Amino acid sequence: MLKTTPFHPRTSALVRAQTWRRWAGYQMASAYDPHPDREYAAIRSAAALMDASPLYKYRIEGPDALRLLDRTITRDMTKLAVGQVYYTPWCDAAGKVIDDGTVTRVGERAYRFTSADSSLRWLHLNAHRLDVMIEDVSESLAALSLQGPLSRDILSAAAARDLAPLKYFRMIEGAIRGIPVSISRTGYTGDLGFEIWVDAARAVDLWDALIEVGTPWGLTPAGVWALDLARIEAGLIMMDVDYFSAHHALIEARKSSPFEINLGWAVSATKGPFNGRRALAAERPRGPAWGFVGLEVEWGSFERLFAAHGLPPQIPNVAWRASAPVYREGAQIGYATSGCWSPLLKKSLALAHLRAPHFAPGTHVELEVTVEHRRERADTVVRKLPFFDPERKKA
Amino acid sequence: MSAARYDAIIVGGGHNGLVAAAYLARAGRKTLVLERRPLVGGAAVTEEIFPGFKFSVFSYVVSLLRPEIIRDLDLPSHGLQILPLESTITPLDNGDYLGSWADPDETRRELARHSPRDADAAVVFGRLMHHMAMAVKPILGMVPPDPASLAPADLGGLLRLGGHFRSLGPERFHALHKLMTMSSADYLDEWFEFDALKATKSASGIIGTFLGPRSPGSAYVLLHHYMGEIDGAFRAWGFQKGGTGAISQTIARAARAHGAEIRTGAAVERVLVRGDEVTGVALASGEELTAPIVISGLDPRLTFTKLLDAKSLPAPLVDGVRRYKFRGSSGKVNLALSGLPDFTCLPGMGPHLRGAISVSPSLEYLERAYDDAKYGEFSRHPYMDVVIPSMIDPQMAPPGKHVMSIFVQYAPYRLNGGWNDARREAFGDAVVKTLARYAPNLESLILHRQVLTPDDIERITGLSEGNIFQGELALQQLFFLRPVPEWAKYRTPIRGYWQCGAGTHPGGGIMGASGRLAALQILRAAS
Repeated sequence: MLKTTPFHPRTSALVRAQTWRRWAGYQMASAYDPHPDREYAAIRSAAALMDASPLYKYRIEGPDALRLLDRTITRDMTKLAVGQVYYTPWCDAAGKVIDDGTVTRVGERAYRFTSADSSLRWLHLNAHRLDVMIEDVSESLAALSLQGPLSRDILSAAAARDLAPLKYFRMIEGAIRGIPVSISRTGYTGDLGFEIWVDAARAVDLWDALIEVGTPWGLTPAGVWALDLARIEAGLIMMDVDYFSAHHALIEARKSSPFEINLGWAVSATKGPFNGRRALAAERPRGPAWGFVGLEVEWGSFERLFAAHGLPPQIPNVAWRASAPVYREGAQIGYATSGCWSPLLKKSLALAHLRAPHFAPGTHVELEVTVEHRRERADTVVRKLPFFDPERKKA
Repeated sequence: MSAARYDAIIVGGGHNGLVAAAYLARAGRKTLVLERRPLVGGAAVTEEIFPGFKFSVFSYVVSLLRPEIIRDLDLPSHGLQILPLESTITPLDNGDYLGSWADPDETRRELARHSPRDADAAVVFGRLMHHMAMAVKPILGMVPPDPASLAPADLGGLLRLGGHFRSLGPERFHALHKLMTMSSADYLDEWFEFDALKATKSASGIIGTFLGPRSPGSAYVLLHHYMGEIDGAFRAWGFQKGGTGAISQTIARAARAHGAEIRTGAAVERVLVRGDEVTGVALASGEELTAPIVISGLDPRLTFTKLLDAKSLPAPLVDGVRRYKFRGSSGKVNLALSGLPDFTCLPGMGPHLRGAISVSPSLEYLERAYDDAKYGEFSRHPYMDVVIPSMIDPQMAPPGKHVMSIFVQYAPYRLNGGWNDARREAFGDAVVKTLARYAPNLESLILHRQVLTPDDIERITGLSEGNIFQGELALQQLFFLRPVPEWAKYRTPIRGYWQCGAGTHPGGGIMGASGRLAALQILRAAS
């Protein structure tokens, strides 16, 4: 049996077509409507409310909490202020990415750590001889993601305080209708948005409060399908979809360094010892063997492939997650791992791993697509990520 | 005075004029758009008529905006954001309703509730319409070849089109012929039995036209709806965030990004001509601007007989323009509401409030609505296409409040005794009262009411006789006959003077095709 999240009493009543999927062992709504168009539109046009509870969450506290985290992640923990959030990968000793997630400094010596996969063992291994307490709060802490251009208006009204001063990747403690919450200006959509962390026992109350306050602003519950479209537009990677965790990869070739999955910016070149430092320091000057980039399918080419069969282009309204070969001048130079039709950008997009030196933006490549049961190649251009980066995200 | 020189001046900042400007500027032409009103958009404008409430005053949904324009001008990066408009309900007089939903299974089951036979027929009908739309679609993207001409470009175009139609096969070709000639009611009678279904489908065949569902020629316009579905991926049918004015703003931003200049509050009085060549324009302010190319985005009547001295034009052209049918037949009522209407057929809040609400309970209802107009009166019980934009884009109204857009037909331009304030309000009352039959709380919610008759549409936008398509989409004035034979390729007899409005092929709706094709013709002529 899959587990259900603390919001299940509310979300399950809304899933009209019983479209469920699994996320970290939890049962999650793919969409509340039979298809995700409206939920996706809410993310980009008004505001969407999404259950993010299946994230793994840890509370890390104590005199050596900072040392533990600094040893674990690739970013420099000494620069993380109280009330600040890092998005970061972490690596094994060979500099291969294990997972990616967030680290929030909730107090002087207290942190919240989130990950896609269970991280308890890895944290304990790294905590050897450190004076630190690691508490798995995955089940006791529920999370809601409130994303979209009107999310700040809604949350300000709900929390009865102006959230304009809460900057991108910062967090505050507060209350919504008397429910203690922690609010971070974070998300997985590349839009203006917040994540709200709440005691699981008060989860349903929080949901009800936000729905009540947000409905006049068009707040719309959204499922994983809508989120998946948004995160591809935002160029945000997903573990075990776009890259394999070094802890899951069955063969070396499946592992990636942060530089190879577009997270080189999150690898500190100056910080003290951390997992993978030596390997990453060696990789930095020689450059990664792979690049993780955006692909944009050229419409004319795509349309012609379908027109040859007398068809208009067939476009799915959910994202795909599969490996699709990418070619250049007849030779395979990489593979795409997920993609979608962007309803906003009106483009067919994909996220792809391409071998050096083929990943420079503007490079013309070909993406394998199946048209009327035949494997074809569509003209495609390499793009820098993210595809969509609105000013309001950080404003 | 050394006035700035332009390569091209566009008269009228409607969406087609803006599209033409963007394409010309993109090709490096120094382009100026002159708009009489303080804002661009023509009939695609969003205005805050009542404080806090934004109305898409005239045109209210994006119909067939061409995907090639979206791509060529990269409109998404300039603000294009089309939100889904997913459903249509038709309230029935017996308290029930007919719904069409985003999910095909839900739609089919809903239709089967009224007629199991129609539920099956709808699937096959949809497939045929898909093929018909595929057959007609290439025409939207081409300059219409003249079958009476022997010019190589015309012959080439006809040849391409001929080959295209031959490839349809006899069954589809015959179906297309029927669509081109029949009334929408007769055509739908061949397929369906449930009256409200036929009425609702036929409504798309009469919009903007002084025809009833039983008038021959109304079937063709049914196709336009399905053309939107072929481009479904582009969500070419939907609601632009911020209203239709935001589409105009988006295109204007794209045009400016390519270097075009746009001046509002600049009414063009006439087009300046020396010999048979255009030299520029004179503004109402007295200012004169020169350019070797002047493009009118206005309708054919204004383009040929207001901006120009008709005496300088060939008589057949002037006569053709005089006979060109405008006959505005529709009005608009925009409401600011303190809350949501409660429909008797579907009480309370529900997904139906996020879609269209069609007041078209039966074919007879529509035909009788037309009867009133035929004899010079507005319909006592009109056809209405209602949407609540604030349900799709909450920023159209203050939180919790709403705007309602009601497209109304028929309201004849030539009303017996003429339009005046009293008749306008009587028309508004008829609209609200008719709709309140289905949503009794409506009247109590109204904070502000804006009523627009064809006379108002003409006065505000300039559209002759208030026709929303710059002239009826009737077969005798479509394709190589739009607006008039021999002048259907955006040219005029005045060298350097061009047309780019919806009065040219392929016609109205926020399609942009006329503006694009005109610009491409101008660029081709120059090279």
